[in-house]
Amino acid sequence: MNTVQNDNHNTIMELKDVTKVFRRGFFRKENIYAVDHISFNLYRGNIVSLIGESGSGKTTTGKMILKLLKPTSGNIYYRGRDINLIKSARQKVEYYKDVQAVFQEPFASFNPLFRVDRIFDMVFSSLLPEIKSHDEREEQVHTVLRSVHLEPREVLQKYPHQLSGGQLQRLLIARALLLHARVLVADELISMLDASTRVGVLNLLGELAYRKGLAVIFITHDLSLGFYMSDKSLIMYNGRLVETGDTEKVYNEAVHPYTKLLLNSVPDIGFRWNMDKAFNPEHIVSDIDDFYNKNRNRYPKGLVQTGDGDHKVMYTL
Amino acid sequence: MPEKILEVKQLKIYYRTLQGFVKAVDGISFAMERGQIVGLAGESGCGKTTFCNGLILRKKPMQYMGGKALLLGHDLMSANKAEMRKLRYTNISLIPQSAMDSFSPTKKIKTLVSDLVRQHHIEADSDFFRKVKERFAQVNLTPDVLDSYPIELSGGMKQRVLMVIATMMNPDLLVADEISSALDVTSQRFVCKLLVDFLRKKFVGSVLFITHDLSILYQIAAKIIIMYAGHLVEVAPTKDIIHAPKHPYTKALITSLPRIGVRFKDHKLRGIGGVPPKLLEIGPGCRFRFRCPFADEICEQKTPPVENINREHSIMCHHWKKIDRNEHEHSTKR
Amino acid sequence: MRSGKEISAYLKNHPNLYFTVHNKKVVLGLSMFLFFALLALLGTLLTPYNYSDIAGGSALPPNAKHILGTTQLGEDVFSQVIYGLRATFITGLIAGGLATLIGISVGFLAGYYGGSLLDEGLMMITNIMLVIPIIAVLVIISAYLRHLSVFIQALIIGSYNWPWVARAVRAQTLAIKNNPYVNLSHISSIPISRIIREDIAFNMFSYIFMAFILQFSGSVLAAATLDFIGVGPTQGISLGLIMRFAILAGAILHGYWWWMIIPGLILTLLIVSLYLINTGLDEVFNPRLREL
Repeated sequence: MNTVQNDNHNTIMELKDVTKVFRRGFFRKENIYAVDHISFNLYRGNIVSLIGESGSGKTTTGKMILKLLKPTSGNIYYRGRDINLIKSARQKVEYYKDVQAVFQEPFASFNPLFRVDRIFDMVFSSLLPEIKSHDEREEQVHTVLRSVHLEPREVLQKYPHQLSGGQLQRLLIARALLLHARVLVADELISMLDASTRVGVLNLLGELAYRKGLAVIFITHDLSLGFYMSDKSLIMYNGRLVETGDTEKVYNEAVHPYTKLLLNSVPDIGFRWNMDKAFNPEHIVSDIDDFYNKNRNRYPKGLVQTGDGDHKVMYTL
Repeated sequence: MPEKILEVKQLKIYYRTLQGFVKAVDGISFAMERGQIVGLAGESGCGKTTFCNGLILRKKPMQYMGGKALLLGHDLMSANKAEMRKLRYTNISLIPQSAMDSFSPTKKIKTLVSDLVRQHHIEADSDFFRKVKERFAQVNLTPDVLDSYPIELSGGMKQRVLMVIATMMNPDLLVADEISSALDVTSQRFVCKLLVDFLRKKFVGSVLFITHDLSILYQIAAKIIIMYAGHLVEVAPTKDIIHAPKHPYTKALITSLPRIGVRFKDHKLRGIGGVPPKLLEIGPGCRFRFRCPFADEICEQKTPPVENINREHSIMCHHWKKIDRNEHEHSTKR
Repeated sequence: MRSGKEISAYLKNHPNLYFTVHNKKVVLGLSMFLFFALLALLGTLLTPYNYSDIAGGSALPPNAKHILGTTQLGEDVFSQVIYGLRATFITGLIAGGLATLIGISVGFLAGYYGGSLLDEGLMMITNIMLVIPIIAVLVIISAYLRHLSVFIQALIIGSYNWPWVARAVRAQTLAIKNNPYVNLSHISSIPISRIIREDIAFNMFSYIFMAFILQFSGSVLAAATLDFIGVGPTQGISLGLIMRFAILAGAILHGYWWWMIIPGLILTLLIVSLYLINTGLDEVFNPRLREL
């Protein structure tokens, strides 16, 4: 059977042992595990941070949730149904009305040759064709623009290069709102924005989650933002989840050496780094790699150690 | 009295465009001493990259409009080609913003290095490479990095290669433009540690660190310069900027910094609404007035002069005293 | 009719157009190219002779009746140049067009399905084609064909020049395909044909246009080379053939410079005009190269 009984009415998405392997090299002999047996749940109205550095597999995970990539093995369930079974155009439309994304680079998220209102046209023509009247379409667009604090007259007729990064990001969020999306994959959405605009966009996202029940998968490498925004944090390293749980638990009672390394590396105006002590992230990371390579055949079943309750840590030295 | 390495006085650099002048750097002044890491913080478009590129080479459409930039007494703006060639790389070195992406993919690192130093009339012989390998060891790079292609190196490794190469001649001033922004958080911290080490070991005389991230500057900079729309709105020692900012823009920047311990549910951070002004033929008046909660007619008509709060703290704001007093009363009232 | 001011304002808001019109190289190159094109198209109206008519005395230098002189057989060089230019343009358009079309198709498919077996297969074919020497092939073909026309020659050149375009288009497709806006179109359930057209193809237009210009000039040069060494068309005339006949008749030795050098010069100027257009367009499309 390909459906999963929801133990919790609130679970909107479930990932079970999702894996993505890329084959490299001549004759495709080399296997690269970009994502290695990831499992987690996403609940309505929750913000989950998927935190990791480059190469951790977080973006690949996001793409699989968006069906831009297919998992090599494992399943992703949306409201109990395996998304791999979504094949027909109509099924895809239904899925994308609910599951949407905002990507990292605001300027690269718009086709530079067209005006920005094209993204709304695309949504209407493919996903909401039932709304036919021009006036109704315009009204809906204006409504969502206002809810992201953008003035329709100021932005709609412009080309992407005429607007700022923050405005473009808001437009992309507005697009997701137009669809009344239930799940939003936000992939590093503010890393290209300035400090002053970031907060506005983040607060907007937070409001949408708490007031409209939007579930957000917030993919980031910035821990302080992860802490600010999310209810649950998932720390990824090298394709694997190394520590997961409620955000406060993970940050204040971190167990895994990688999580501790990340926390030590975050610049924060609350405390000063000790510049006299040596800092060698490579040693810590290579110790972790050695351990996992030696224990490859025990992974993943034998390696997850349960902390208390929801706080899980991958078995470590 | 520590030596003054860089003295910038009323420097103006504009861009010539189809529609007029973009006043990217519009009369900035500050100084740097030996042994200091000074942070230049600002949003994108504030002019910080124009400034640091302008120190090294001004190419069209960049145009020098006035002021001075004295490096150990030599005015970089009026130096001729021969003088600049002598100063570049030996006394002042720049790691530009997208340097990490500028590695030619078909050249090995050692070819890149020898091409670069030959441009500065330095012999890339075995003696030189021996020194390079010594420096590599200091930054946890193995000698075989020289024989690698850029694609084989991670972002952090490439940044370290750049830092070593940029400082081979022990320059008096290293200008680092957003060298940590594209890196992962652990590499970021590592690069910051390296900068501090380089300074201590005297591989560099002083560092001008350009970034938009105030949290990093808090960790490594002695002094912070806040740049907004071509003006230096506040310059002060780090602890003052972070813990007691006086300019409305600085204050807003500080309160918008996420900190571990601050949750959205409990305490919403406040950003700054609006966008920086367009600098095309911008007229007088405070450039922050469009986003400032304290702006009034004076702010619209007159550009605020640079005021010295004390010897180390300068500010460009008409109303800072009033704002400061109000805040003080507010906090004592509680 | 728009006023001068309106046009000027319009141009300033569309930088690509503004720079195209103001770029000296583009303007110069385009003028030269259009001049030659007009000459090829309408030049026959300027001369009463066909290219193989015996028009006058043997080997006459340029004079009032034959402004470019005559060949050893008495043919009017000017007429030959006009008809030759025509053949050259046909070759450029057909061979260049064909190469660009094949190259775009192969390159695009390979890039769009990058990493797949199709991609590797297409690239293998492309690489093999790059290694085959066209001269050898043409020598063999011309040994078998009794009649080789300009048209057939153009087709053959076109079917050999495409690998360069294929590789370039593939690289561009791969780069564009990974842009977030393409992904956004995917998650908007936009039909693939529209994604390919609006997101990928439209953004490659300037690139493809310049590739075509390069193919045009490359084909023209290839044809001239082949004609010159003797594996050219057996019917008709082209600039390369004129030079070949001149050399065979010992034009340089006898001092008939107008016969040999002028066609060569015209060919050179044609190639230069295309080069100027291309370099100029490069500056237009790449904002960083723009001079103010």
